[in-house]
Amino acid sequence: MAIAFPLQMSKPSGLTGRFWTRSFLLLMFSLLPSLAQANIDAFEFSNEELRNRYQHLAFILRCPKCQNQNIIDSNAPIASDLRIQVHRLLHEGFDDEQIIDFMVARYGDFVLYEPPVNRLTYLLWYGPVILVMIGLLVVVIMIRNRKQQANADEAMDSQSRERLNQVLKQKTVNSSGKKKSRR
Amino acid sequence: MNKRLILFIPLVLFFVLGFFFWQGLKLDPREMPSALIGKAFPSFTLNTVKDESAQITEQVLQGKVSLVNVWATWCVSCRQEHPELVRIARETGIPIFGLNYKDERGAALKWLDEYMDPYQFSLYDVDGRLGLDLGVYGAPETYIVDKQGIIRYRFVGVIDRQIWQQELLPEVKKWQ
Repeated sequence: MAIAFPLQMSKPSGLTGRFWTRSFLLLMFSLLPSLAQANIDAFEFSNEELRNRYQHLAFILRCPKCQNQNIIDSNAPIASDLRIQVHRLLHEGFDDEQIIDFMVARYGDFVLYEPPVNRLTYLLWYGPVILVMIGLLVVVIMIRNRKQQANADEAMDSQSRERLNQVLKQKTVNSSGKKKSRR
Repeated sequence: MNKRLILFIPLVLFFVLGFFFWQGLKLDPREMPSALIGKAFPSFTLNTVKDESAQITEQVLQGKVSLVNVWATWCVSCRQEHPELVRIARETGIPIFGLNYKDERGAALKWLDEYMDPYQFSLYDVDGRLGLDLGVYGAPETYIVDKQGIIRYRFVGVIDRQIWQQELLPEVKKWQ
């Protein structure tokens, strides 16, 4: 509602409206390129395979300084240093695993975007699964309880219906006999 | 009775979560453990800011508990930290080795001249190679290296009087 209201107020009408809409869109689009900015280093690769491996490694390695970016995304000097190192190591013939080990030896597991499964990260990796299982268990228990309750209700129903019938029968016998009841 | 207790679950959950979030406020997400704790200081051969012909290796760190302080003239917080380092060097006699990280020799010399030099000497790591081997990700950083040349502690950020007294000095004493 709150969003719809101002939209109605400024609803473009006629030529001026269209003009402002266009200007606004133009402004928005002119802002887009700054969002899509990426780091393009002037790296030379001796072959396409190395370039692909570089892309992959720079994607999975995390910038130690900025933390929420991988090194290909980050403008931090340290990320640039690490990109240079990855490039250098690739051309020195290191394989991916060795390069990752090289980084981990210096910056710890932290430098990996996907943390390895070990004693410290069990909770991180398996915690969500355990939580989902607990959730499922709770749902199952709730459903079962509800079913039992429903069965019990039904049982109660048939019992009370019988009783009700009995009472009604008595009443009709009574009222037809002595006509004491007002209704 | 049982049903009543169940009603308290959200309250209990609230307090449990609240406790963890409250603790989380005190954690510094930028603080990350060094991968080199308990490992030997990486080997290097470097000259120093003041002596281009020097050939210093990691051997120099052996024999005494020492501090290795990563600094640079482009690092604003290093300037803030500097007086405390000068004081530590003067008052405690603990050797401090500088690691001049990705800097310019001229600027570094001027800095040491202007703000005093608390370092035994400053290794001149112009390409940041030793910094990389150490896992440096932002100056200033300070390492405590024991008598065997093994890294025992890493502190990232500006050392002030309080941090020195409460965090670093006890750690230095532990290894002395």
